[in-house]
Amino acid sequence: MEPIVKYEDVHKSFGDLEVLKGIDLNIAPAEKVALIGPSGSGKTTIIRLLMTLEKPTSGYIEVDGDPLWHKEVNGKLVPADEKHLREVRGKIGMVFQHFNLFPHMTILKNCTVAPINVLGMDKEEAEQRAVEMLEKVGLADKLEAYPSQLSGGQKQRVAMARALVMRPKVMLFDEVTSALDPELVGEVLEVIREIAEEGEMAMILVTHEMDFARDVADRVVFLDNGVIAEQGKPKDILENPQSERLQSFLERFRTSSSS
Amino acid sequence: MNMIREWDWSTVIDAFPLIFKAMWITLGMTIACYAFALVFGLVWTFIRRVRIKPLQRLISFIMEFIRTTPPLVQLYFIYYAWPLVPYVGVTLDPITTSILGLGIHFSTYISEIYRSGIESVDKGQWEAATALNFSTRQKWTKIILPQAIPPTIPMLGNYLIIMFKEIPLTAAVGVGGMLLTAQKYGAKFYEYMEPLTLVALFFLLLSYPSSILVQKLEQKMNRRFDKKPGGSNNGKEVTAS
Ligand SMILES: Nc1ncnc2c1ncn2[C@@H]1O[C@H](COP(=O)(O)OP(=O)(O)OP(=O)(O)O)[C@@H](O)[C@H]1O
Ligand SMILES: [Mg+2]
Repeated sequence: MEPIVKYEDVHKSFGDLEVLKGIDLNIAPAEKVALIGPSGSGKTTIIRLLMTLEKPTSGYIEVDGDPLWHKEVNGKLVPADEKHLREVRGKIGMVFQHFNLFPHMTILKNCTVAPINVLGMDKEEAEQRAVEMLEKVGLADKLEAYPSQLSGGQKQRVAMARALVMRPKVMLFDEVTSALDPELVGEVLEVIREIAEEGEMAMILVTHEMDFARDVADRVVFLDNGVIAEQGKPKDILENPQSERLQSFLERFRTSSSS
Repeated sequence: MNMIREWDWSTVIDAFPLIFKAMWITLGMTIACYAFALVFGLVWTFIRRVRIKPLQRLISFIMEFIRTTPPLVQLYFIYYAWPLVPYVGVTLDPITTSILGLGIHFSTYISEIYRSGIESVDKGQWEAATALNFSTRQKWTKIILPQAIPPTIPMLGNYLIIMFKEIPLTAAVGVGGMLLTAQKYGAKFYEYMEPLTLVALFFLLLSYPSSILVQKLEQKMNRRFDKKPGGSNNGKEVTAS
């Protein structure tokens, strides 16, 4: 099956700092990939390139058969313009570490503003779909509340509903529980688990929750210092790491998270 | 001539209608200058967002120059010196001079307020808007401006009051507002105290309630943004630097 996302030799530098040093990564439709690695290894950068929040320095990224940062003109690839980006970007959704809900809108409005304005859906249909998603994340009773009235866990669930109403083919999660109080982490992970079980959507999850990664992911990718150092089935990667770098990462991780 | 004399109520009654009429001119000028400043402030703000370093530096320099030169000097320049400038110089009437002079002067402050409003919106809001695939225009109209504008309203109100109090400067180029009217009255009848007191009173009566209103607005906006959610730093207060 054709991959839904393809990275080919993708590099990204910020000034003199090369953060991604040649990433090759294919993601199958409906595949759930957990991205792990030390702080600063480039996990966030990888998914921000896909969300078009950051532009690759070089390399090629494809989404559902279309080049993302390039477009084809007379059989040649030229840099993409905003119009092209908008066409391809619609297949990607993202949930952020700090939620980034729109504070001036109610929960319902947060979830309908994009379908109405971006997808051109009429209000009723958008609301119906939004309510359906908010039910899924367990917040259908908060439609008229404002983000400021919600707990962190609730905000993050709204953020997921807001992304889901756009029906992306690939959903990106950037450490979506790391800004939450520990007691709120569970409810958010539970929702992600449910979404994952539903199926069709591919997911890339940057996470520090190893148990969660093992449960939800089909594949775990270990990123270290801007390269994919090791990848494979969660069980193999997490229980039987091959490279020394992964071993020491998991080791450090176990000691820091159990302390 | 005896300079020390009693307060004369009949002079007050005589001067009142003149000053009252001139008040409308002062108010009209305030609104005209302010409207010009609001629009021109927008122009500065957008030019400064163009990502061309030399242009940005040039604009900053021009704005700094305008801000650090007294408005009175600017008015005199536009009124007396501008017509003498080769090729581009034109003679302007007092009202146009004033609207241009004070309008441009204040637009530099207004632009700063706009900028602080826009920058007070968390970067994450832009990113969320991109992730939901909004167009550039929609990002501004649906997401950024609705958050950027409310916290600036009290400051914009403050500048309206400041502008109002600066309008007497336009007397220097001959706009017949309250001050010039009082001055003329004084020169004609040798009665300065009553008309000038009336002018001061009018200013007080108009600015004081307005400043209280602005304070109320400010408190309201602060409360609104106190409980602003969304993690990180988007609850911070906006200040014009
Ligand atoms: N906009 C930027 N400008 C400059 N440097 C950046 C920028 N964004 C990221 N970096 C740098 O790139 C490197 C990789 O960042 P990235 O956020 O992708 O790491 P990460 O793996 O997500 O780390 P963490 O686990 O801490 O979130 C870091 O050294 C970071 O400081
Ligand atoms: Mg990160």
